[in-house]
Amino acid sequence: MKKLILFGFCVLCFSQLAVAAPIETFTFGSAETEKIFHKLSEELRCLVCQNQNIAESNAELAQDLRLEMYTMLSQGKTEQEIVDFMVLRYGDYVLYRPPFKPMTWLLWFGPLIAFIVGLVFVFRYLKSPSNEVPLASLSDADKARIERLHAEQDDT
Amino acid sequence: MKAKPPSILKRFLPLIVFVALVVLLAVGLTLNPREVPSPLIGKPAPVFELPLLLQEGSFSNKDLIGHVTLLNVWASWCFACRQEHEVVKVLSNKGMRIVGLNYKDDADDAKKWLAALGNPYQFIAVDRNGRIAIDWGVYGAPETFLIDKKGIIRHKVIGPLSDRQKFDELMSVMKTLEK
Repeated sequence: MKKLILFGFCVLCFSQLAVAAPIETFTFGSAETEKIFHKLSEELRCLVCQNQNIAESNAELAQDLRLEMYTMLSQGKTEQEIVDFMVLRYGDYVLYRPPFKPMTWLLWFGPLIAFIVGLVFVFRYLKSPSNEVPLASLSDADKARIERLHAEQDDT
Repeated sequence: MKAKPPSILKRFLPLIVFVALVVLLAVGLTLNPREVPSPLIGKPAPVFELPLLLQEGSFSNKDLIGHVTLLNVWASWCFACRQEHEVVKVLSNKGMRIVGLNYKDDADDAKKWLAALGNPYQFIAVDRNGRIAIDWGVYGAPETFLIDKKGIIRHKVIGPLSDRQKFDELMSVMKTLEK
């Protein structure tokens, strides 16, 4: 029963995502500004529901910010000016693609560093002597048996 | 010849890595991703001018100069604002200058709310459509800004002031400001 409820909850969550679409309609002066609008609203994070961008979110703040972006574009503001406007108020956190600067180096290089460290460990493991067959530790009886087997092989 | 036993360090390396990872993740779990540090700290308050809720006239960023002020973003529809309201009243009674920013609220609802719960605000600026709140980087009420005498934003509390830790942080920053 619990599982069923959980399943139902998950279905509800995802159906919510499916219907979440901006409700306003904006008319743009040119296809170019419309493109910038959609690009920006997909790259800016909605701070109210943090795993959605401004395009997807129906939070009031996201609606307000879409309107703000539309107004700025109508005034002839550039893409960079709008991004600066958002970062000035909400910080780098609004950007889904964080800027490249000392604060974010770890974020950008982290995965690569982890990958290289992993590779180093794999190579060291593969090359380590403990993985070679310790021939030297064969007992005299073992050696004698191998000798015998070889000898049998030679006979046939 | 026997293979030499792995050194102590090597033997414990997986454990050390595991513990480090647990610590990292545990710290991550205690952080609240909803609390996004404001880039406005240390910067002058944004330029604005808004009508007042209870008096004639308006309130602008220039009215922040000369006093240490708490700017409290609230709305009658905001549940957590109700929670923190008693704390705001205590601060007001202690002589703190508190200015309200009534965020995306209905004027009548706001007035009723104040009549029922008490009004700790010296002024209440009305941001009906939330446009000025965008300039302040507000993304949900309640939020509280501490502004020094020169009109510089010194601290921001996200969420209710009734939270002990947030309140203490605010107080410690406030102590560093000259009256």
